[in-house]
Amino acid sequence: MSDAPEARPLLLAGGRVLDPSQGLDVAAGDVLLVGGRVEHAGERVGRPDDATVVDCAGLVVSPGFIDVHCHLREPGREDVETIATGARAAAAGGFTAVCAMPNTDPVTDNQAAVGFIVRQAQRAAASRVYPVGAITLGQRGETLAEFGEMVGAGAVAVSDDGKPVVSAHIMRTALEYARTFGIPVANHCEEPTLAHGGAMNEGAVSMRLGLKGIPSEAEEIMAIRDILLARRTGGHVHLCHMSTAGSVDLIRWGKARGIRVTAEVCPHHLSLTEDAVEGYQTNAKMNPPLRTAADVEALQAAVRDGTIDVVATDHAPHHYDEKEREFADAPNGIVGLETALGVIVTWLVAPGVLSYAQLVDRMACAPARVFGLPGGTLRRGAPADVTVFDPERRWTVDPATFRSKGRNTPYAGRTLQGRAVATVVAGGIVYDDRSTPA
Amino acid sequence: MSAPATAPPTAPAPPAAPSLGKDLLGLEGLTRAQIELVLDTAAPLRAVSERAIKKVPTLRGQTVVNLFFEASTRTRVSFEFAEKRLSADTVSIASAGSSVSKGETLVDTARNLEAMKIDTVVIRHGSSGAARFLAERIDSTVINAGDGTHEHPTQGLLDLLTLRDRFGALDGRRVCIVGDVLHSRVARSNVFGLQALGAEVAVCGPRSLLPNAVDALGVKVFDRVEAAIEWAEALNVLRLQLERMQAGYIPSVREYNRVFGVTRERLERAPRDLLILHPGPMNRGVEIDSDVADGPHSVILDQVTNGVAVRMAVLYLLAGGRPDLAEAARGPA
Ligand SMILES: [Zn+2]
Ligand SMILES: [Zn+2]
Repeated sequence: MSDAPEARPLLLAGGRVLDPSQGLDVAAGDVLLVGGRVEHAGERVGRPDDATVVDCAGLVVSPGFIDVHCHLREPGREDVETIATGARAAAAGGFTAVCAMPNTDPVTDNQAAVGFIVRQAQRAAASRVYPVGAITLGQRGETLAEFGEMVGAGAVAVSDDGKPVVSAHIMRTALEYARTFGIPVANHCEEPTLAHGGAMNEGAVSMRLGLKGIPSEAEEIMAIRDILLARRTGGHVHLCHMSTAGSVDLIRWGKARGIRVTAEVCPHHLSLTEDAVEGYQTNAKMNPPLRTAADVEALQAAVRDGTIDVVATDHAPHHYDEKEREFADAPNGIVGLETALGVIVTWLVAPGVLSYAQLVDRMACAPARVFGLPGGTLRRGAPADVTVFDPERRWTVDPATFRSKGRNTPYAGRTLQGRAVATVVAGGIVYDDRSTPA
Repeated sequence: MSAPATAPPTAPAPPAAPSLGKDLLGLEGLTRAQIELVLDTAAPLRAVSERAIKKVPTLRGQTVVNLFFEASTRTRVSFEFAEKRLSADTVSIASAGSSVSKGETLVDTARNLEAMKIDTVVIRHGSSGAARFLAERIDSTVINAGDGTHEHPTQGLLDLLTLRDRFGALDGRRVCIVGDVLHSRVARSNVFGLQALGAEVAVCGPRSLLPNAVDALGVKVFDRVEAAIEWAEALNVLRLQLERMQAGYIPSVREYNRVFGVTRERLERAPRDLLILHPGPMNRGVEIDSDVADGPHSVILDQVTNGVAVRMAVLYLLAGGRPDLAEAARGPA
């Protein structure tokens, strides 16, 4: 994240200006950024004398995408990702801001650790990085971390992600205590005794492959627990990476009753099924696991109707040799920052499940709303964080070209539609792919 | 591609299809013809083990590595006999004390094996998919000797050979697998193999030890062993791993025997005599009573004999399966 906003005005000229936060959709309009703020977004405006002009004809200009869930591995595993490489990967994926989960080593569970991430992100000078603090000290699930101090240092949410909050009492207390600071409590929903030892979705495929399965209920049981605890406490629970049709029903149930529950879904759960594991493909191993076609369909419907608020990547880089092993022993997770937009356009927008306005809402406006972050809008005075993307551009995923140090993706070799062309943070271009022809 | 001027005389044409391909990783996806090829090859190879000098030169000069990441004396010994009777040079590596237990990864092991120019690897591993993992990374032939809870194809083949000896064709024959199907690699190989040969297959056991999605295999499911016995013509009784009790899958070994044990009393009430198979080693008095294991309808020792023959057949067929070598393997009648 840049400390100093870009001094020269930036004019993003002639693109489709799409900002669902204010119902804006102008076919060939302008966005003018001055002093790190949005000066104008909408119809064409005059070009200030000293402005840098970017021709956006044929491109979509939208509020900057925000990923509320990614793993940047620093501190502890700088060999697989750093805040700097993660922030650059984010920029290359069109994300102007990301929230970094706290399951680092040491765990981000105190003011100093949060401050470290903020400083590293400033030095990286790419996309903004917002730290997420741990719910409990060391993510051990026993003692609440100091939410107040962490929020003071820049944390925007708390989560023990990577692990579920097993104790219902601790979860209840976290939801109550987090109200003081107005932050969401993000939980990785996984009932551990039911998921225990599982390596993929439990079903016909796991049976044939002889892999221990994780039933849908492992997620759903904890999801409904958390929804009920949010009802009890009035706290804001945010359910991470939902993967089952049953979870969608439970969230719908909670929202219909006015309970403060929000949820996210990852591009991979919206596009792939457990079949991707066939052949023991460790790049299809993740937690929660890839589920069935019926689950994918329900998740797509939920992101369309807003039951699931946000698309988040759960970007989880691993070194290639950690994935190059027996399936049951391989780590969970895939990288996602640089493929998210392409996957969502290819699997949801192109087939007509989502409109581009809905895509921009789920990837930019809603994340800002749900996590209370600056940005997510092109209203005058908002931070000058903008994503410019080519909705038609087709490209083949080549992990060797990733900015992320992670190469672990199940989309390698796939042709996707939709790619970020320019990413603007605080009025400055942090990623620019206009040179590569479509 | 043009042949060099000094090309050696061309090798005899390979036998007409079917062939087994490079590796044997599982019975899933094998055709009836491929399975029958193995069984037809194995039957005459039994004769080798009956001779005074139990050795034929079929695999002379070939190197086979038995890589056992998981203890299994029976399977390892059976493979070693099969290899030695075909005159292969063999090395057996068990995990204890080897580089394997010093944290060497499977991919490192694969690279090392490849560098040593071996012909065949027989692998037993605790992780499902491990044999396939190895096969995809080395040029040598890989034979799965049991991977996690996935498959154990040579066990499946020896069960098929044993059943075929007694029944002739397996079309329409009714075979029930009894016990811990959830954690069994034998069960999957049996289901795929039996179905390929036209048998009807059922499973029977406590629901806590049957996969939730077992119906997707196209098998019948019996909740009570009495019903399975009434239906079946052969029972394949699986070993109950005693740690399943600790893991909470069943309340006690005693109760397991009471409810699911294959006992003489239960078999006596059956409408017909049943063949009894067991992959061994048996827990007598748990999944199977001694009366039954040693009884007249038990083919458990035939399975052991057939195990060596089937493994000889697989080694031979994967090594190229040339007709002239087959003659050598058969030897004088
Ligand atoms: Zn998680
Ligand atoms: Zn995560």
